[in-house]
Amino acid sequence: MATQFRLDDDQVVVIVGSGAGGGTLANELAQKGVKCVVLEAGKHYQPDDFENDEWAMFNKISWLDKRISAGGWHHTKTYPNLPAWIVKGVGGSTIHWAGLALRFLPHDFRNKSTYGHVDGANLLDWPIGYDDLEPYYFRAEKKMGVAGSAASGLPLLPENNHYKVIAAGARKVGYKQIVRPMAINSQAYDGRPGCQQLGFCMQGCKMTAKWSTLYTEIPKALETGRVELRPQSMVLKIEHDKTGKVSGVVYVDQHGRTQRQAARVVCVAGNSIESPRLLLNSASSMFPDGLANSSGQVGRNYLTHTTAAAVAIHKKPVHMYRGTALAAVISDEADPNPDRGFFGGYHLEGLALGLPYTAAFMKPGGWGRDVTSALEMYDHMSCVWVCGEDFAQEQNGVTLHPTEKDQYGLPVPIVSKTDHANDAAIRRHGLAQFRKVSEAVGATRVIDMPPYPASHNMGTNRMSAKARDGVVNKWGQAHDIKNLFISDGSQFTSSSAANPTLTIVALAIRQAEYIAGAMQRKEL
Amino acid sequence: MTTSIGETGLSRRSFLKGSGLAALGVTLVPLSALLASPNAMAAKPFKTLSPAAAKTLERMARDIFPHDKLADPYYRQAIAPLDAEAGKNAATASLLADGVSALDAAARQRYGRPYTAVAKEEDRVALLKAIESGPFFQKVRGNLVTGLYNNKALWPQFGYEGSSWEKGGYLHRGFDDIDWL
Repeated sequence: MATQFRLDDDQVVVIVGSGAGGGTLANELAQKGVKCVVLEAGKHYQPDDFENDEWAMFNKISWLDKRISAGGWHHTKTYPNLPAWIVKGVGGSTIHWAGLALRFLPHDFRNKSTYGHVDGANLLDWPIGYDDLEPYYFRAEKKMGVAGSAASGLPLLPENNHYKVIAAGARKVGYKQIVRPMAINSQAYDGRPGCQQLGFCMQGCKMTAKWSTLYTEIPKALETGRVELRPQSMVLKIEHDKTGKVSGVVYVDQHGRTQRQAARVVCVAGNSIESPRLLLNSASSMFPDGLANSSGQVGRNYLTHTTAAAVAIHKKPVHMYRGTALAAVISDEADPNPDRGFFGGYHLEGLALGLPYTAAFMKPGGWGRDVTSALEMYDHMSCVWVCGEDFAQEQNGVTLHPTEKDQYGLPVPIVSKTDHANDAAIRRHGLAQFRKVSEAVGATRVIDMPPYPASHNMGTNRMSAKARDGVVNKWGQAHDIKNLFISDGSQFTSSSAANPTLTIVALAIRQAEYIAGAMQRKEL
Repeated sequence: MTTSIGETGLSRRSFLKGSGLAALGVTLVPLSALLASPNAMAAKPFKTLSPAAAKTLERMARDIFPHDKLADPYYRQAIAPLDAEAGKNAATASLLADGVSALDAAARQRYGRPYTAVAKEEDRVALLKAIESGPFFQKVRGNLVTGLYNNKALWPQFGYEGSSWEKGGYLHRGFDDIDWL
């Protein structure tokens, strides 16, 4: 019998969301004896529900509740109601992530100190440094079975065709740092099998070789008997008592009934659009601008990474879809080097698409022989994704639509993003370098693609040393409300050029230690 | 498609309208519409579209995504979901009927004959170019992105092998067989 907690049990930690942040936090807290209720908006799919089919899985697991793209970015034209490409389901976007587990670099935590004043940007240093997080990176890598890491002891994954094409081109243009720290089992590990190179990593790993909280952290948390998972439970509002401490959450359960779960602590991990949206939707007479928002920074400084993509057509077949979706990663451009004409850095990440997605994303709205002559060379293609530093800008963020409501009766989120001049320079450089890498191995045609809807969403409840600069402190704890925590990527102060999941997991492990300790000391 | 969306009772189909997939300029067509073999499809008449309108849409489909190696039945199959939707939705039916009429009228005005009788591809493409930002063209193009490229029967012709888990993945089926580097 699965553990159940009473709705009026005010000793539980309520965790909103079950992805990289929420799912990890639940397990870490449970292992330390803390009782948790996890409220997940999406359904509880299992690997049996996963299909090796791009559109079928897009339709099944994507977060498709209405959102509005606003601001100057390309998405207002290409993806007007799909600014972000993330998952609604138990496990959150760890179902969909490709598995790339890059650490942030030391300078990423000193964003303002590294770059100084940058016009139009709202840069800030993190209140923690790389050294603070290093032991937790190690624990995260061990937990997730990162291939090639000292922490897991697992060997690297074998090189697939797509890896070899990109790596060969990279070496020819002089790149040295060709890496692939993947949270995909290169051999059996932690009760899950080694990868058999299915492809379809981003459609949910059917064989569970890729780490996802769905079949690691969450079942481990449930096995302790100290965690209750409630899927299809959309949180509408966080409530507080008259002293200003949070006291519970109001949510719609799987039967459409409105419920209230009492809480000793609330941890918000709904990804960087839903998390600030929930704080804003929880406005009250005591907190008229939303919870934890005395700084006015809730929903601001939205970061997505500066991204672009391209396909290269080679003279002979590549079959990029065979095997792990994420191929070689070129890290040589990740360090800052102002000689290139921009701040920050980027990774070039080989990322395979199937034919159905290639047809849809290569040239959105495109048609004619220009498009079809490329698609006929699908099996000769390699494909890259540029993942670059994105600078915080205060006006980029999440606001609530004044009148339009979603199916839960909540205001529809408006997700606004306008490029910084630096972004265009990163994109240009990254795409030009990929062209060189591809042409070095004989590519005959390289087609630049517009950015996909954002899968990396960060920054909208950022960490800061001072309460006036951000939403949470170095533990992810709200400056304004001590028993309210942010446990996802929205607490990031800077984006880095590294994929966010490993850092979200490392922060969640660290936050769990703090919360469990503070509860024991009766500080929470 | 009436997959229930949990507590709201909205059908997934109506729920998607104006959101996700539509926002991609893509319409996810029901799989059942795509599983008939091209040969079976060729013989099956459309239910709502007139034979003339179907012929025009089929020609238009080939002009939008021209693949000389693909036989006509693939294009006919690719517009079958439009016929199905027109049967359920009067707005779609009139969008398609009016769109075809307008396209034919433009073809007559410019070339003295209906769209399908315009002999040169470049002339037909010029007619399509003139309407590419309109709702009729976008409806047809959006449907074709999946109507054509999500048709599993067509994948082998593009060198795409699709679902692999039931075959044990690619670990022993060529994931690292590249020999030209």
